Amino acid sequence: MKMYDAGKIIVGIIVFVTLITFPFWYNRGKAAPSPKPKLLTREKECVEPTPYMKTSHMRLLNEWRNSVVREGNRLYISSNGKKYSMNLANTSLSDSCMGCHSKKAEFCDQCHNYVGVKPYCWDCHIEPKEKR
Amino acid sequence: MGVSRRNFLKIAGISLLGLGAKPAYDVFAGRDLPEFAQGEEAREAKRWAMVIDTRKCRDKDGCQDCILACHRAHNVPDVGNSRQEIKWIWTEPYENAFPNQEHEFLEETLKHRPVIVLCNHCDDPPCVRVCPTKATFKREDGIVMMDYHRCIGCRFCMAACPYGSRSFNWGDPRRAPKEKNPDFPTNPNFPTRTKGVVEKCNFCEERLVAGLLPACVEACKEKALIFGDLGNPDSDVRKVLRSHYTIRRKPGLGTGPAIYYIV
Amino acid sequence: MLEKALTGSQRYWGWIISLLILIGVGFSFYLLQFTEGLKITGMGRDVSWGFYIAQFTFLVGVAASAVMVVLPYYLHNYKAFGRITILGEFLAVGAVSMCLLFIIVDLGQPIRLFNVLLHPTPNSILFWDMIVLNGYLFLNIVIGWVVLSAERNAVSPPSWVKPLIYLSIPWAVSIHTVTAYLYCGLPGRGFWLTAILAPRFLSSAFASGPAFLIILCLIIRRLTRFDPGREQIQTLAKIVTYAIILNGFFFLCEVFTAMYSHIPEHMHHFEYLFFGLEGHGILVPWMWASVLLAVLAIILLINPATRRSESVLAVACVAVFASTWIDKGLGLISGGFIPSPLGHVTEYWPTLPEALIALGVWGVGFLILTVLYKIAVSIKEEIGA
Ligand code: HEC
Ligand code: HEC
Ligand code: HEC
Repeated sequence: MKMYDAGKIIVGIIVFVTLITFPFWYNRGKAAPSPKPKLLTREKECVEPTPYMKTSHMRLLNEWRNSVVREGNRLYISSNGKKYSMNLANTSLSDSCMGCHSKKAEFCDQCHNYVGVKPYCWDCHIEPKEKR
Repeated sequence: MGVSRRNFLKIAGISLLGLGAKPAYDVFAGRDLPEFAQGEEAREAKRWAMVIDTRKCRDKDGCQDCILACHRAHNVPDVGNSRQEIKWIWTEPYENAFPNQEHEFLEETLKHRPVIVLCNHCDDPPCVRVCPTKATFKREDGIVMMDYHRCIGCRFCMAACPYGSRSFNWGDPRRAPKEKNPDFPTNPNFPTRTKGVVEKCNFCEERLVAGLLPACVEACKEKALIFGDLGNPDSDVRKVLRSHYTIRRKPGLGTGPAIYYIV
Repeated sequence: MLEKALTGSQRYWGWIISLLILIGVGFSFYLLQFTEGLKITGMGRDVSWGFYIAQFTFLVGVAASAVMVVLPYYLHNYKAFGRITILGEFLAVGAVSMCLLFIIVDLGQPIRLFNVLLHPTPNSILFWDMIVLNGYLFLNIVIGWVVLSAERNAVSPPSWVKPLIYLSIPWAVSIHTVTAYLYCGLPGRGFWLTAILAPRFLSSAFASGPAFLIILCLIIRRLTRFDPGREQIQTLAKIVTYAIILNGFFFLCEVFTAMYSHIPEHMHHFEYLFFGLEGHGILVPWMWASVLLAVLAIILLINPATRRSESVLAVACVAVFASTWIDKGLGLISGGFIPSPLGHVTEYWPTLPEALIALGVWGVGFLILTVLYKIAVSIKEEIGA
């Protein structure tokens, strides 16, 4: 199998690789300034330290749902020893995600719209009703 | 917590591989592993089971209490199409609930007696055996669970279940006809499902951890549904089983249902 | 070698474009299914698998064609088949690609497909089916391509493909066996719960695959300068003859066991398919057509005079293909689900969108097949085979 038009192929490959890696090098070095999500809660601290929550809340949620659904646990013991209900959307529990961050639109969505993620969780989990 | 540890390492490994290499070393805020606990009021059992006293059921008089309670508690919509309907608990005529145990000269009251049916939470569940992603699995207390986050919708479990206990979301449950589901979702604290996943009775696992009885059991005014721990000789189910003749659906298949019937 | 697929007659391009249109229609309906969910199909609680899974099951059979040419050539040193092994292998590639697509269009949550790999579950037969199908696809692409390149350059194929070729033989058996195990290990589905299911899958596969290959050979001879060969076609015809007779025999074994034992869970399904149950019998004419086609094919194939006439043989092969398609592509799945384990009869028939999506998948398979055959035949023409 000979290589016809080797030049063209190589140029093609370079263009292709450049295109698919565009998002990576485009953002290189820039620390995207994050928006200010409204907290709207009387509590002082989140389940885990804020910097950790900022970067890794989705991983925590994954752990939670596996622990709840697959192992039948309901309580999470945080690194400073406090207990929280492992629950995403139940607002009757004051220590669930949405129990504290009850205004999804102004908290979760604020960030997510900015970074362009749309967690599919809300296809099933029910968004808390906006209370006035 | 063995499973959790393994899953956790797997997730950490996957994130290390590329999804987000940086945050992976401050996992769990300085701890290696997260810690979990059961709810404080949680009811526990060696083996959850149910006895259904079909003699007490008033379905013929139009009673739907257990069915409505369950479907409201779990946001099961009426999709308005019997072919693609979703149901966790419903009634079947005696001859369909117990095929091959009917005969021509059956006692009159038994002949068309409605029988409450639901997931049997089998000892050896064929649905669990066939699931290619472990989206359906059996817990240590006998409850056969669905992990809706993981189900790919292949419906192998539906082919495997000999009791027709599984429903598939052929469409989006939230788009079920409004006139049939005016106040859907009926329970804001329990998630709905999406199109494309299989669902079924979960023995009200979410109520058991909160110290409650299953919604159907609680709703039945006739006390026709008895729920309890088979592993405890003094439990309600064991008492009823000791004093009554009971049968199970399709015992010959060896699935070992945890739902017993008094007929 | 791919460049061979890019030059062709007007007829070739016309065919490719018609396939692309078919695929386009199927794909747009798939987008509808993707957004609306599987409710646009005729399936439901009681018949929870339908046309898609049935096509998948049938096509696993067609993929067997490869082994029926590879085995005599490599294990029995039957030289004549050297000319057409590539046709069998490329047919397998097209068929297995369709199988995989049919599984994907049947999924409720196709984007979560990779959960099967993320959470590997060896006790699920579907997990094994993924492995054997992908493995078979891989084997046939590699073997076909390498052997064809070697042939083009007039050298003998590299020695490392030999083990792969030998591996592909039991592997072909495995794809049918595992596919049959999807069904025959389910309690409460009396129609499938029979040890003869896997052997019957194999026999019907070894009939339908080579029958289709004969038809393809006849078309190739008509349309190109490459002649797959009379002897080759006749040998394939004998294989089809044995396989379809065996298939009939296995079928009768099944019918006997179900009907003579009178066990309702086993008998009702046959009653539904061949006579109808509780006034429902949408498949009755189809099932009898399948039987008659099989009988016709056996008569035409058994008789040496008719078998040797290539035009009669073509008719017989179409009959075999149609008969096995009805049997597996319509009867097997519906028949297994009706009546339901609770004794309800809910009939199933594919909806138009469902049928068009299925047709689109067939289109993809035929496109792959056409391109691969175009390459293979062009090279055969080039080297003057
Ligand atoms: C007990 C109430 C409480 C619960 C429960 C809770 N949070 Fe928080 N969360 C807070 C508070 C208070 C802060 C702000 C902490 C600060 O200002 O440092 C916060 C901060 C955050 C932040 C960082 C926001 C920022 O400033 O950028 C995220 C993300 C977050 N929470 C997500 C979650 C998620 C996801 C859950 C459920 C797993 C959850 N929280 C549960 C109270 C809570
Ligand atoms: C500080 C900004 C911020 C806040 C506040 C925030 N998130 Fe996020 N969230 C993100 C970012 C950034 C991602 C994407 C991470 C990635 O793609 O790796 C994300 C991803 C997720 C994901 C995973 C989505 C996916 O598709 O993988 C979930 C689930 C999630 N967030 C839930 C929540 C919930 C629930 C809340 C509110 C309680 C919340 N988040 C609040 C920034 C935030
Ligand atoms: C297909 C529907 C579906 C989707 C999509 C879904 N969930 Fe769930 N989830 C459920 C159901 C149903 C339960 C309840 C199981 C139970 O309590 O028995 C649940 C439970 C949970 C729980 C534990 C208890 C609770 O109710 O909160 C967490 C945490 C959770 N999910 C997180 C998530 C996150 C994060 C996402 C998105 C990345 C998500 N889920 C997407 C259906 C879904």
